Amino acid sequence: MRKVAVIGVGCTPFGEKWETSFRNLFVDAGARALEDAAISGEQIDELFVGNMSAGRFVDQEHIGALIADYAGLATKHVPSTRVEAACSSGGLAFRQAVTAVASGNADIVVAAGVEKMTDVGTGATVDTLAGAADREWEGFPGATFPGLYAMIARDYMHRFGLTREQLAMVAVKNHRNGARNPNAQFQKEISIDTVMQSSLVADPLRLFDCSPITDGAAAVIVAPLERAREFTDTPIQVLSSAQASDTIALHDRRDISTLDATVAAANRAFQLARLERKDIDMVEVHDCFTIAEICAIEDLGFCSKGEAGRLTEEGYTALDGTLPVNPSGGLKACGHPVGATGIKQVYEIVMQLRGEASGRQVDGEIGMTHNVGGTGATVVCSILGVV
Amino acid sequence: MSVARFWRKQPQRYNLIGTSCETCGRAFFPPRSFCPECRRDGKIVDHAFAGTGHVVTFTIIRTASEAFEHLTPYVLAIVELDEGARLTSQIVCTIDEVSIGMRVKNVFRKLGSDGESGPLYYGTKFIPVK
Amino acid sequence: MVGIVTYGAYIPRYRIRIGEIARVWGANADDISGGLGVFEKSVPDLDEDTITISVEAARNALQRRKIDPDGIGAIYVGSESHPYAVKPTACTVGEAVGATPVMTAADYEFACKAGTAAVQTCMGLVKSGMIRYGMAIGADVAQGAPGDALEYTAAAGGAAFVIGNDDPIAVINHTCSFTTDTPDFWRREGQSFPRHGGRFTGDPGYFKHVLGAARMMFDQVGTVPSDYDYAVFHQPNAKFPQRVAGMLGFSREQLAPGLVVPTLGNTYSGASLVGLAATLDQAKPGDRIFVTSFGSGAGSDAFDIEVTDAITSDLFTPGAAPTVTELLSDPIYLDYALYAKHKGKIVMQ
Repeated sequence: MRKVAVIGVGCTPFGEKWETSFRNLFVDAGARALEDAAISGEQIDELFVGNMSAGRFVDQEHIGALIADYAGLATKHVPSTRVEAACSSGGLAFRQAVTAVASGNADIVVAAGVEKMTDVGTGATVDTLAGAADREWEGFPGATFPGLYAMIARDYMHRFGLTREQLAMVAVKNHRNGARNPNAQFQKEISIDTVMQSSLVADPLRLFDCSPITDGAAAVIVAPLERAREFTDTPIQVLSSAQASDTIALHDRRDISTLDATVAAANRAFQLARLERKDIDMVEVHDCFTIAEICAIEDLGFCSKGEAGRLTEEGYTALDGTLPVNPSGGLKACGHPVGATGIKQVYEIVMQLRGEASGRQVDGEIGMTHNVGGTGATVVCSILGVV
Repeated sequence: MSVARFWRKQPQRYNLIGTSCETCGRAFFPPRSFCPECRRDGKIVDHAFAGTGHVVTFTIIRTASEAFEHLTPYVLAIVELDEGARLTSQIVCTIDEVSIGMRVKNVFRKLGSDGESGPLYYGTKFIPVK
Repeated sequence: MVGIVTYGAYIPRYRIRIGEIARVWGANADDISGGLGVFEKSVPDLDEDTITISVEAARNALQRRKIDPDGIGAIYVGSESHPYAVKPTACTVGEAVGATPVMTAADYEFACKAGTAAVQTCMGLVKSGMIRYGMAIGADVAQGAPGDALEYTAAAGGAAFVIGNDDPIAVINHTCSFTTDTPDFWRREGQSFPRHGGRFTGDPGYFKHVLGAARMMFDQVGTVPSDYDYAVFHQPNAKFPQRVAGMLGFSREQLAPGLVVPTLGNTYSGASLVGLAATLDQAKPGDRIFVTSFGSGAGSDAFDIEVTDAITSDLFTPGAAPTVTELLSDPIYLDYALYAKHKGKIVMQ
């Protein structure tokens, strides 16, 4: 297998983009990535696009072709494939692109992610997102996505004594990071009180425990490491990208508060990269809800079960902490356009490793991404490092 | 949801007809037609669950999808049936009544409807056992 | 002898006090409750209707006696509030109790006596040998327009009776009916709430038909009120059954166990059958029960029922399902706004 590097990245500002359509979002992100890599469209061998539900959000299927077309690649007949795994669609698209290059099947491959979520009402959005869980046996009885993570939070707090305030500190920390990210949906710091006094969505989770509804797109371009310097002075190597599955329904998990797919994907990613947890300088984790970041820190192996709340409280995961978690602001503050999130995580780690993350810059040479589909039925972990 | 999509699950939704694997004895609800443990050696048969169990974890849904907005706030839980299988269900009780470990039993309730003129959907929810 | 093999009732957990309804309409609560003899009434949960009430009552009946559901050859559900205008409640009940597919089924409507009409149909089918068991259910989420006199009493609940020949816990010695064309109360197709003839519902409606059926029964069987331990009447309020009982010569004691309307309200098709269930809850072998239903439109079905030794035998486990008294205990009270939401009286968009 060939070694793979990221040679260009692009990301749109995240938020409620009332004036921007689905296709304008991904064209914008793609153009930024091409500009960053200083390549022309003619050099692209293949496209992989992560998207959860254009069919329900904008009534559009056949996203691969649409994107190839509006990226100006249709007449070049460049193969373009949509990848769907709910909120981990972007992470999967990245892994597909890396695999395509590693295998020697393609050289210059774009991995993009896009979601346009605000063209439907909140009720329809809630219902569409519930499709990431088991529609027949979770959604139909009345489960919502916040409701499922709330049941994880309830179980976790009951067993490990996590406090409501510690949960709130995850959101406070991610908003502090988001305030330093020009692409973030919420560039505003909040206090613990902001979280504690926000309305209940699904007990014990409140509005400020939840990632928002977001429009946005991101794109990264990967190439064989041996050719990377043709395009950039700062290639970032993909040290590993690993994926794992678990039961679609939360109720069928071995342990409600452990995402076994995170454990499996992380173990595989570290094994492939021949690295240990202590080698990681920063991590972008899938904090669709505050409890998800708590579980992620533990399930990725950075601490034991039950410790992440205390570590968050002690500042271990802050920008200036031992292990900065979600320097971008995470899904909570940067925003969560579901199909784009996994690509945005790679974008953030690349920007950090290149030293281009200005106001939120973290020192380090190795970073990790963690992207979750559903309540943990699909997880992708990737590890990137400076060359 | 189309008429057929609901109708074909009526035995499961009305009467908690799940499955079990005769090879390993594990009971499945929601039903599975393939045993994840025994795989090709598994022999799957129908299994009627008694409908009693306990609450593993729960939440109170305050913001629901359109189909459930009229019920908010409502209690949603993961229920472990006494036979060992777990499922997600609404618990019909006040929001102060529910707790982890609470014993529950099945009841027959309306699960939803397809608008004002479409079909009505019925099935199982749970209530606290006094 | 054909009789009741097992029975079960179901009443939703929510209640509203009559005084709360009177408050909304500017009426005097004491006058209303005093006039009707009703103090609170049951209200369905947001996810309860005649189908769910029928299923719960049917399952409660089958909890008490282990009969093979495949032996149930007929299910009839009497109600004024079937959730579908076309598509039977009885089929959902049959599926939910495991009686399908070898059974006949239909929904009945005869105002508040459709449940007892279902009992009579099942008796005929059992007696003729066409079926082994028949299930007769009377249930309603009763309708009363906001501000109408009916709103003070229209309640939710029902009862299911399995009729058969095998060791019944109570034999039905005789049944007869008194029926005329009397427009005392009606609901036109497509209308949400019933209308009624006000005081016309009294003498030409309830009293004429209940007295007619009751006296027919005494004549045909050769009994007098003192031959019975208990009497159950249709109970749209507490006053009508008490008055008709007095006119016929029944005592307040005979009436007491089955007079559930003061705290339950009027469950329409469920009313006389829930009253019978409450009476059977405390009956002993040898007790004789006189039952008359009433349905507007109008008619009355009378029953002469005698409790057997089977009610205390191993065949029957009354404690396996809640009694009517237990179903009425531990209520959750609603204010009028929540009541209106539960009853679908608030239009939501």
